[in-house]
Formats: sequence, structure tokens, C-alpha cells
Amino acid sequence: MTNLYLAIPLLCLSTALLTGLFGKRIGPRGAHCINIAGVAIALLLSLLVYADVRGGHSFNGAIYTWAVSGGVPLRIGFMIDQLSAMMMVVVTFVSLMVHIYTIGYLANDPGYQRFFCYIAMFTFAMLMLVMANNFLQLFFAWELVGLVSYLLIGFWYERESAIFANLKAFLMNRVGDFGFLLGIAAILYLFGSLDYAVVFAGAAISDVQNAVTGFGEWQWTTIICLLLFVGAMGKSAQIPLHGWLPDSMEGPTPISALIHAATMVTAGIFMVARMSPLFELSETALSVVLIVGASTAILMALVGLVQYDIKRVVAYSTLSQLGYMTAALGASAYQVAIFHLGTHAFFKALLFLAAGSVIISMHHEQDMRKMGGLRAIMPITYLTAAVGSFALAGIPPFSGFFSKDAVIEAVRHSRLWGAGYAYAMLLLGVFVTAFYSFRLLFMTFHGSSRAPEATRRRMHESPGVVVWPMVALAVPSLVVGVLFFEPMLNGSLFGDAIHIAPRHDVVAQWAVAYQGQSGVWLILAMVWHSLLSAPFWLAVAGIVFAWYCYCKNTALPSKLAAASGPIYPLLQNQYGFDWFYQNVFANPSVRLAGLLSARIDVGLVDGVLVNGVARLVGRCSAVVRTMQTGLTYHYAFAMIIGLFGLVTWIAWL
Amino acid sequence: MNFASLNAAAARAEIFLAVAACAILLLGVYGDQARRAARCYGLSLVALVIAALLNGLDFSAANGSAFNHMFIADPMAKLLKIAICVLSAAAFVYGRQYNRHRGIFESEYYVLGLFAVTGMLVMASANHLLTLYLGLELMSLCLYAMIAYYRDDRLATEAAMKYFVLGALASSMLLYGMSLLYGFTGSLQLSVISSVLTADAATAAQPQAAIALAVVFIVVALAFKLGVAPFHMWVPDVYHGAPTSTTAFLSAAPKIAAFAITMRLIVGGLNALPDIWQQMLILLALLSVAIGNIIAIAQRNLKRMLAYSTVAHMGFFLFGIASGNAPGYSAALFYVLIYALMGLGAFGVILMLARPEYEADQLADLKGLSKRNPWLAFLLLLLMLSMAGLPPTVGFFAKLAVIHALVQSGLLWVAVLAVLLAVIGAFYYLRVIKLVYFDQPPSADPATAAQTTTTITEGDIAVSPAAILLLSCNVLAIIALLPWIHYLIAICNEVIRRFAV
Repeated sequence: MTNLYLAIPLLCLSTALLTGLFGKRIGPRGAHCINIAGVAIALLLSLLVYADVRGGHSFNGAIYTWAVSGGVPLRIGFMIDQLSAMMMVVVTFVSLMVHIYTIGYLANDPGYQRFFCYIAMFTFAMLMLVMANNFLQLFFAWELVGLVSYLLIGFWYERESAIFANLKAFLMNRVGDFGFLLGIAAILYLFGSLDYAVVFAGAAISDVQNAVTGFGEWQWTTIICLLLFVGAMGKSAQIPLHGWLPDSMEGPTPISALIHAATMVTAGIFMVARMSPLFELSETALSVVLIVGASTAILMALVGLVQYDIKRVVAYSTLSQLGYMTAALGASAYQVAIFHLGTHAFFKALLFLAAGSVIISMHHEQDMRKMGGLRAIMPITYLTAAVGSFALAGIPPFSGFFSKDAVIEAVRHSRLWGAGYAYAMLLLGVFVTAFYSFRLLFMTFHGSSRAPEATRRRMHESPGVVVWPMVALAVPSLVVGVLFFEPMLNGSLFGDAIHIAPRHDVVAQWAVAYQGQSGVWLILAMVWHSLLSAPFWLAVAGIVFAWYCYCKNTALPSKLAAASGPIYPLLQNQYGFDWFYQNVFANPSVRLAGLLSARIDVGLVDGVLVNGVARLVGRCSAVVRTMQTGLTYHYAFAMIIGLFGLVTWIAWL
Repeated sequence: MNFASLNAAAARAEIFLAVAACAILLLGVYGDQARRAARCYGLSLVALVIAALLNGLDFSAANGSAFNHMFIADPMAKLLKIAICVLSAAAFVYGRQYNRHRGIFESEYYVLGLFAVTGMLVMASANHLLTLYLGLELMSLCLYAMIAYYRDDRLATEAAMKYFVLGALASSMLLYGMSLLYGFTGSLQLSVISSVLTADAATAAQPQAAIALAVVFIVVALAFKLGVAPFHMWVPDVYHGAPTSTTAFLSAAPKIAAFAITMRLIVGGLNALPDIWQQMLILLALLSVAIGNIIAIAQRNLKRMLAYSTVAHMGFFLFGIASGNAPGYSAALFYVLIYALMGLGAFGVILMLARPEYEADQLADLKGLSKRNPWLAFLLLLLMLSMAGLPPTVGFFAKLAVIHALVQSGLLWVAVLAVLLAVIGAFYYLRVIKLVYFDQPPSADPATAAQTTTTITEGDIAVSPAAILLLSCNVLAIIALLPWIHYLIAICNEVIRRFAV
């Protein structure tokens, strides 16, 4: 079995290397053939592993010891349990769909092979991340996905805006990673090990509950969890480290689907779920997670209302949904967070691919104000996008309904500090989510076309390689919720992979309501119950309102915007985060760097220290070489002097 | 005394080589000039290879001794002898074409070389002051002659003369030190000297002045032979003045032999008196690394630059011995072997570049070499990186081992200084790379210019592919050995562990 585990990431790595090194030789066709074959086999093997794990065979062990430093072994190892096996399936499935989709999306792009090399490398890194059994490997994969993300956002590196966006993503992630690294350092300091199993076992018994010297009331667990969560905030784009994700839409759309919606950005969610034994020990940290998640969910959803770029709407919806997942983590409902992560991966990847399909058809026009009426031209894209929107809005029986309802219910049952605020925000978020997702659908596909005549004549449904992955993603967007709701509710979905303290177990409290029901009856009871509760009606209200604004009375939105006073510009400027970062951190840093470069580096280090020393040595050299006169008796004299000096020295000693 | 106690089999390599040299001398009398030189050249190579094999065959056998313990065959001696034979043979191969162009491709040159090697082998095995001195003089006298062999050249004769005069001075110092040692201990046998001194050190608080004086004289003489500052003055002149083929020969095997007698005398004979020699060696090593590296910067002649680099390298390996512990000796052994490999390779490259009437020994000659001869340029790049001690090369590990030994014996400040001085050295090595790869070649290629002005036919000029191949193996070894580096270090450790005291 170990070889099987190893084969899954290594398949992707080897195809990545093959494409990267020999891209020219194998050609575009060869590139997509071997990469798709690689990831398809990886998907099959992952399914095999998942089935095996569901059968009760989990694995935790080291595969390879890279080095031993200071008594700490640095290892590559795998922890294969229900959590990681499920993530492996999600990652390889979405990755496979995106691989296929790319054939159509990037046809004739000069960077075709390079793109395949990157996404295969990404799949490798993401698999290593979810399969890790120690913090070192987690960190290495964490950085590697970040690197690939950087490379892919800047895939069209001639574009000024792409370069800006990838730099921004990289720098913001550095902030998060710094916290993450400090957290790992604290763990190593406290537990003396980087192995998950050792750390979790130690967390239960050791003195990590003790207060940290110099930090007042703060416990070690709180410090560690908060630092780790800073890392998660960077990777999963939580406020205030969220700014890079909307800009990351500069990358090709398949990447937005794979990396910036379905997988990489959920690494933070996954990591916190993986660290559940640590987070369970600190209510302070959980409260922070809950509040940050809920705030991200509502604030980003609101920004999504005012966007016109089709990809940006989906990007803000991703931010908002990540906020939902984070809120679920904060409520100790880790399985709910991962459940939502899974359903979201499918329907959000679907929405991105649908947006990409529209963009292909519109000849790389992304402004929704220039779309409209695409329903007739692109029926399959429309249908799949509708599936995605229903799932996103949370309408039964689409998958998003189950997972989002579960998140809201979990937060409702939470007794943590801030849970009331979080619940209110999430409820409000349901309305906003439904509104902006259907705003997108109506603006793009309904009404009459606002595209220029030239574009309109050439519009057509996208080719098969683009459409089929969307259909393949629409199916899980429909059914995953129904299939996995029950095991999620009764806790059998992840088994021992996550750990929840009994007093935090909100899902168990919620499940009490459905005691004794199972199978179809459970689903029906759940749907029935929700028909009588607020979230469902808020979602319906959102959809109806969107319909009214964008199909019926199309003048209303601009009137509302004008009437809103300062709110509309505030949303347009995304609350001024970008302005703040640019003016408080970025610009002064650049100025300081310029100063240091000119004065310290060029002036002092290069001028005085480096070149100065070099000049000094050169002068010494010129002086000392004159001792070499070429006269034999001088040489002999030097020898005698040397001898005399040594004898004197020894005698003197 | 009977013949069984002579145990001459232990010295079979030396005996074989001496006999072979005599035979080749006789064979070199017959036939016409060109043919007998070629014959002697070939036979010399065969003799050297056989001598290496004779040592290699029973490498791991127990320590043996011959001639009433005047001669000892321990693993260190065998290892060094193999290196001496192989490197000398390689030096002959590299220099063949060069010698032919300068009319010094004669049988006697190779006979002298063989006798020099015999001397070096004796030095490696010396366990007696007289054996040691005998080997040293045999080697030195042959080397003087080899340097002066290009007798039409003013620089070569001047270099030989200087080397001879100063060498005689050093020999006299060595003899004086030995006589004091003999007077004090009553023996010429190194193991007896060692035990007498140990017993003496155990009883007396302070070693006597006479013995301290003996140590100083011996150290000075060794410093001269190693070419360590301030007794290094002969090195640049000799390296520069000697025909490059001889310089190549001089740069490899004699350094190993000098290391051998340093080990025999200092560690084998004077091991009871580390207080006296350790400080001295550190001082000499520091001076050497500093002076060698600093003056090398100002050189315009490649051979002279490499000569100063040798001074620095010899100082560096002396740090290993100065650290006064087994890891240090092992590191020094490793360093000197690696250095011999690198030094020979560097002069080999110059030999390959040289043409009739064109020595290729000016730094300016290297400009744009990467475009004229990419392969040799690459080899030179590797050599310079290794000499500078940059990580992917063996040269780095040699330096690392020495520094490690210094730190282990608590000489942290020396280690810091050594590293700083090595950084200065990196400058001129990297400058060579800059010249080779980044500078534009001079408008008229001196090599082709030299070719067009001489009347020698093309076939005569071409360097033999075998020589290039051997040189490539030699140079590539400094990077190809990397995966097995810990075996090499382990061998050095083992050799030092079994070093016969």
C-alpha cells in the first residue's frame, strides 16, 4: 500500500518534470496526453485509497528520512486517513477536470506545455500537503503550492497587471507563512518533534496548557493555534490577508478554478481541521477563527455585489465561502468545514469553468455589462452554471444546500464567545450570496445581448473539451451533498481523523434533532426542517430580488447604488484594504529599500567594505611582492632571518 | 645481521623502480634520438604503474619494516606511494608534447624523473633519519637537474641554480637539526627517538634548549621543502622558470613526499614535543596562507600565480598537522592528496595549451579561452573552483576537513583566520574564470599566431587525445569523486589510525 501512496504524488511530479524539461520535444499534444494520463491514474489510485481507508485501513508512517538535524529527524511521511484520502480524491478529480478543460481554454497559447508542467507540479504539491504526516512536509508543500500559484497568476507574464497580482499574492502569503513558520517553530520547541502523531499525543497530556512566560494569561496552545491560523488566513485568504485572491484572477481561468477556488485556498481550512486536537484546547483561538471567518463571509459577499467582472464575482464568492468554512472550523465543526470544502470545490470549480467558457465565447471579454442573453447560444454552459449557482445559493437538493445549512446550524449551536455575531453574519450572508450568484446568472445569460455586433456574430457554445468537464463537475455538485450528509452528521465521515472535545461538539447537538432517522428519511427530514427555517427563505428572497433587479426592473440597481451614500464606493474600493496596504506598507517599504540600497548596500557594503577591502588587499599585494627580489642571497637571507626569528621565539617561550 | 632480517620485500617497489631506472638508462643509449626517447618514456610509464601496483597489492596488510626498521611499510606509506607513482606518470604524459617541442624529450629526462620518484618513495617509508635524508637528497638532486634540463633557457637555469643553492642551505639546516637530535637521544631511528623523548617529557618539566633548537631547525628545513612562508621564496621562481612539464611534475608528487617526511619527523619522531612545534607550525601556516594568497593577486604570470597558490595551499594543509590530533593529520593527508590532483591538473591545462614558441603561461593568454577551447576552459573552471574551495568540488571538502580539525582542537581563532584568508584567495581563482569565460579573446589568437610563424607540421602540434583524456579524468575526478568522498575520508582516517609511530 505504501508504494501506492507514493505513486500518487510521484506520478504528477514525474509528468510535471517531463513536461517542464522536454516540453519542446513532446509538443502540446504530448504534454496534455501524458499529464492527463498521469492525473487520471492518480485519481483512480486515490479512489482506491479512499475505498481502502473507508474499509478501515489508515496509515501513518515515514517513507524517507531526509536528514537528522539536532536530533530532530526531517522526514517525508504520509498520514492516510479519511480526511486526507477524501482530500486526495477531491484534488485529483478537480485537477483532472481542469487538465481536460485547459486543452480547450489555452489552445494555441505559446505557454501551453509550461502550463501543464505547472498544474501537474501543483497537483503533486497539493497531494504532498494533504498526505503529510509532519509539519516539515506540510510546510514544504505549503510553500510549493504557493510558488506554483505565483507562477500561474503570472502565467501571462507580459501583462503588467499579472505581474503585480502575482507579486501581491506572494507577498501577502509571506505574511501568513511567517506566522505559520513561527507556529511550527513553537511546536518544535514545545514538543521536540514535528510529527503530527507525537504532537497530538503530547497536546493531550503535556503542559501546553501552561501560560507562556511574558505573555500574561496566554496559553501555549492559544499562541500556537493563533500562529498556525495566521498561516491559514494567508493561504485561505481570510480578512485581512484576503486581498491577493481577487487579483489572482489575472491568471488563466482553469487556474482560478483549480488553485484559487477548489484546492489551494482550502489548504488553510484543511490544515486547521488537521490540527483539530490542538485547536480544541484553546477556546480563545476558536473564537478568533469563528469571528474572522464570519466577518470574511459577510464582508466579501457584500463586495461581490458590486463587481462587474464575471471572474471577480466568482472570486469574491470564493472568499465569502472560505469564510463560511472558517466559521465552521471556529465552531469546532471541522467535519462540516471539510464537507463544505468538498461541495464548494465542485460547484465553485464548475462556476469558474462556466465563467471561463463564457469568456472564451466572448473573446476574452470579462465585463458582465457587455454580456446578456447567452442562454440561447450556450445552453450547456447555461445549465451547468445554473447548477453551480443553485448550489452556491443553497437551494435543496443541490450539494451546497446541505453543507451551507450544516455550517449555519453548527454555528447556531456553538456556545463560544462571538458565536451570536457569527450566526447573524452568516445568515445575512445567505441572502447576499443568493443575490450575487443569481445576479451573475441573470446578467450573463438572461435578457438581451449587450455585446458589440462583431463579437455577437462569432459567439458559439464552447468545444467538447471545455463543456464535458463542466458536465462532469455538475454531477457531484448535484449529488455529493445528499450522499455525504448522513456520514458527516453521524461522524463516520472522518472517524478518528479529527478530534472534537465533547463540550464543543456542535454537530452532535444538532444531530440530536434527527435521532433515529437514516437514509432517505434523514435527507427528507433535513430538507423539510430547512423549509421552515430562515436560511432557505433568505436564499429564495435573494434569488427573487436578483430576478427583480436584473430581469424585471433593470434600473433599480443603479438607483440603489446612488441612494446608498458612502456604502457603494466603500464596497467598490473593497473597504480600502488595498489602499491601506499600498500606502502604509508597500510604498514606505519601497522607499526604505531604495534608501538602504543606495546608502547602505552600494555606499557602505559595496563601497567601503567590499571594494575597500579588495583595494586594501590589492595594495598589500603590490607592496609585499616587492620582497620577491629575484636575488638568491635575499632569499637565503630571508630563510636565515626566519630561522633566527623562530629560534628566538622558541627560546623566549 | 642476516638477509632474512633485511626483509627487503617490504621495499620491493623502491628496489624495482631503482633497477628499472638503471635499465632504462642503459636502453636509452641505443637507437636514434627520437626513438629511444619514446621508448624510455613508454617504459618509464610502465615502471611507474608497476611500482604503484606493487604498493597497492598488499595495501591493507599489517605494517612491515625492512633494513632493521630503517624502512617502514605502513598504509600511509603505501597510499602516498601509489599517489606519487600515479601522479608522476600523469605528469610525464601531460608534458610529453611540450618536451618534444622544446627539444628536451630525451631518455635521461625520464630516468631522472624515475630516480626522483624512487627518492620520494624512500621518503614516504623512512623510519630513520638517514633513510629520510637519503630519499630527500635523491629526490632533490634529480629535481634540480630536471629544472635545468631546458639548458638553453635562461630562466630555467637560473631557477635551478637558486633552487640548488637554497636547497643546500635547507639540507644543511636539516642535517644540523638531525645531529642535535642524535646527540640528545642517541639514535637515528625515529621510533627510538620518539620513545626517548616521550620518556624524557614525562620526567622533565621543560624540554632542554638543545632539543628545542633541533626542532626549530628541522621545522625550518621541512618548511623549505614544503615551500611554506617565509621559506617559500624559491617556489615562484622555480615554478616560473622551470619548463612547464617539470613544474607539473614538481607540483604534485614532491608535495606528497614532503608531507610524508613532515608526518614522519613531526608526528612520528617529535610527537612528545607538541608544545614546541605546534605554535611554530600555526605561525608558518598563517604566514603562508596570507602571503601566498595576497601576492598571488598581483601576478600576471599563470605559473607564478599557481606557485603562490601552492604556497597558500601548503600553509593550509599545515593547519591540519598543526592541530595536533588524528583528525587533523587525516585532514592534512586528504588535503595534500587533493591538492596534488588539482595542482597537476592546472599545470596539465597549461601544458595542453602550450605550443612551440608559446608558453601559454600569461594570465592574458587565457582571455576568451572558452571560445577557443571550451573543454579545456571548462576543466580550468572546475580546477579554479576546487582550488578556491567552492562546495560542489572536492577542494571544498578538503578545506572543510582541515577547518573542522582546527575547531576540534580548540584553535577557533586560527580557523577563522584561515577561512578569511581563503576568501582572499578566492579572488584570483575567480579572476581566472572571469578571464576565461567573460573576457574577449585578443584579436590575434596567440596560439594560432605561434603556429603560423613556425614551420612545424600540424601533426606534430596536435596534443595527443590520450593526454587530453587523462587530464579530463584527472580534473573531473575533483567533482566526480564527490559521491564517494566519505570513503576517501574514511580511508585517510584509517591510514592515520594505523600510522606507525
